Amino acid sequence: MKLKEAAKTKERLTGGHRLCSGCGAGTATNLIMRASKNPAVVGCATGCLEVSTTIYPFTAWEDSFIHNAFENVAATISGVEAAYRSLVKQGKMDEEFDFIAFGGDGGTYDIGFQSLSGAMERGHNMVYICYDNGAYMNTGIQRSSATPKGANTTTSPAGKVIPGKQQYKKELTDIMVAHNIPYVAQASLFKPQDLLRKAQKAFETKGPAFINVIATCPRGWRSRAEKGIELTKVAADTCAWPLFEVEEGKWKLNYKPKKKKPIEEWLRQQGRFKHLFKKGNEHLIEEIQEHTDQRWEYLLEMCEKD
Amino acid sequence: MSSKVALTGNEALAQAMRQINPDVVAAYPITPQTAMVQTFSQFVADGEVDTEYVTVESEHSAMSATVGASAAGARAMTATAANGLALMWEVLYIASGTRLPIVMPVVNRALSGPINIHCDHSDAMGARDSGWIQLYAENAQEAYDNAIQALRISEHKDVMLPTMVNLDGFITSHAVESLEILADSDVKEFIGEYKAEHHLLDSKNPIAVGPLDLQDFYFEHKMQQSIAMENSKEVILEVAKEYKELSGREYEFFEEYKLDDAEIGIVALNSTAGTAKGAVDNLREQGVKAGLLKIRVYRPFPGEEIAEVLKSLKAVAVLDRAESFSTNGGPVFGDIRSILYNIKADVEVVNYIYGLGGRDIKVGEIESVYRDLEEIIDSGNVKNRVSHLGVRE
Ligand SMILES: Cc1ncc(C[n+]2csc(CCOP(=O)(O)OP(=O)(O)O)c2C)c(N)n1
Ligand code: SF4
Ligand SMILES: [Mg+2]
Repeated sequence: MKLKEAAKTKERLTGGHRLCSGCGAGTATNLIMRASKNPAVVGCATGCLEVSTTIYPFTAWEDSFIHNAFENVAATISGVEAAYRSLVKQGKMDEEFDFIAFGGDGGTYDIGFQSLSGAMERGHNMVYICYDNGAYMNTGIQRSSATPKGANTTTSPAGKVIPGKQQYKKELTDIMVAHNIPYVAQASLFKPQDLLRKAQKAFETKGPAFINVIATCPRGWRSRAEKGIELTKVAADTCAWPLFEVEEGKWKLNYKPKKKKPIEEWLRQQGRFKHLFKKGNEHLIEEIQEHTDQRWEYLLEMCEKD
Repeated sequence: MSSKVALTGNEALAQAMRQINPDVVAAYPITPQTAMVQTFSQFVADGEVDTEYVTVESEHSAMSATVGASAAGARAMTATAANGLALMWEVLYIASGTRLPIVMPVVNRALSGPINIHCDHSDAMGARDSGWIQLYAENAQEAYDNAIQALRISEHKDVMLPTMVNLDGFITSHAVESLEILADSDVKEFIGEYKAEHHLLDSKNPIAVGPLDLQDFYFEHKMQQSIAMENSKEVILEVAKEYKELSGREYEFFEEYKLDDAEIGIVALNSTAGTAKGAVDNLREQGVKAGLLKIRVYRPFPGEEIAEVLKSLKAVAVLDRAESFSTNGGPVFGDIRSILYNIKADVEVVNYIYGLGGRDIKVGEIESVYRDLEEIIDSGNVKNRVSHLGVRE
């Protein structure tokens, strides 16, 4: 589907929801839903997307929606999908459906990790979308295992002795690849056509598919709302958030920056990294650069090999 | 045509599940429930049921997937025990608050720690306020009968609440008993087809399940849930009446055993009621006016009805197979004392916490409880309001 065609499809996450302006989660979700060709059952883990789109008695979703809890959206959609299969088997249902689970990075990398792993291993026919904004935003910007190293969050504050988050982010996309599921991808908002294609691919996949999409959060990143999409391009150009996909085990790079930019460009535009630019913290940026380079080299190797 | 069979409690429940033929079962093994889900898995593998069996990676996911399936309009079941039930705790409330008619056998086992795999009621008692209907069974026959009736109770339009079907770990789950199983076709007819009024797989009428419910609506929804629990009382009795016509077996909120002319009585749940009946019989032979009230329906709590029966006794001992650590006695004791207070009944009520972690309770011990009650009547004085029975000093 071309973007132009996508724009003509019916909006399935409608306006009127209460996400912040400049929130990447809403933009990504809206686009992904346009790639679905069937009626859908959408599951959503507790988090910004959930609390902002279904406040009783309203819903911004055109499709059936279920929120169960924070850590169990994958298990919940497993149950919905199992019910569907059972009804089809019994001849009580013949309509096609898409089953989609949305989770934030907290609901996916951390507390919902087991539920996700179980659902993927069992092979349910579902699409899992992680919108990764790099922290628990809904509860006030606490660190998650997806928070980048050095970020100032409310539970990894930049203090007099500890300069923000101490660990690099978990490479969840790779871990999903290790589940040997048919389709895994990492996507971004500055390449909507690529995101749309990946979503479409995920919906067409028989069995589980997982997409990890970077989702700007002006509030948590301390960045400018109107710069959100641009910022995701900087993430790709500095290789902080590379775009790739792994189909049936084959790795493919989807975006190669013309000229790889220094990580500083990504860090500098976000208030959460401000302290890294203080005198005496130069080594931290160097370390982050080194880690980013290694990760990029690894990805190139994986993609060239295939 | 029903048939007489020799089965363990777990096998009897697996048979009930086979006959119910749920659309989805999502379950995780835990002693002493394991044999139930294993047996059921075999039914799935042999194509004896239409069930999609979701082999979840935990009980949290078991309850989560069951909620998803039920919200999708399926008849969905799971089963668990002890730590498994504890791991489900968060989602138990979501299941009842979302008004999903899930039926779940719970094979009662002590909660860790320390870890122990044997019977007590700390698991189910911890979930007594989770908005689930709770049925208890003296033996495998009752557990089987409760499971079949639970479907009808849960799915009744005035109820729409989940039900736990409790049975004692090992004592009931593993002992072979002779019991009567209904004909498959009778069960099928009795439970009928389940048609959810609203569900996720109705693409013409999409719904939002589990939205954020704030100060302006949450309370009303909880009130509706409370009313549904109230409604379930009538439904439980109606279903029992119909079930009697089918099976010949009679069920109410509780069973009264030799209570008519009794002066002293014990209140107990599950298999201990069987042991207590032995004690009552022995004491009756000696001319002691002893009786027993066996609770079948603990949630909703049939308070008025129980009070009506107990008020004519002189002293009552409540047996709790769970500690509440309130230092004021166990959970059942609290409920019984409170309803007797409502009607200003002149009955002394004492509490015995017993059988934790599978500690055996013997007929003699229960007789000693009745002796204590006699002593209370004779002396007019309660030495110990709450005691621990059968524990070493
Ligand atoms: C079991 C449980 N623990 C904690 C919470 C509190 N909580 C709700 S949302 C949330 C963070 C969500 O973070 P994420 O998944 O990254 O989504 P985001 O808010 O960033 O969109 C937390 C900690 C909860 N609802 N349930
Ligand atoms: S806090 Fe961040 S993630 Fe949450 S709605 Fe606002 S922009 Fe979106
Ligand atoms: Mg987040």
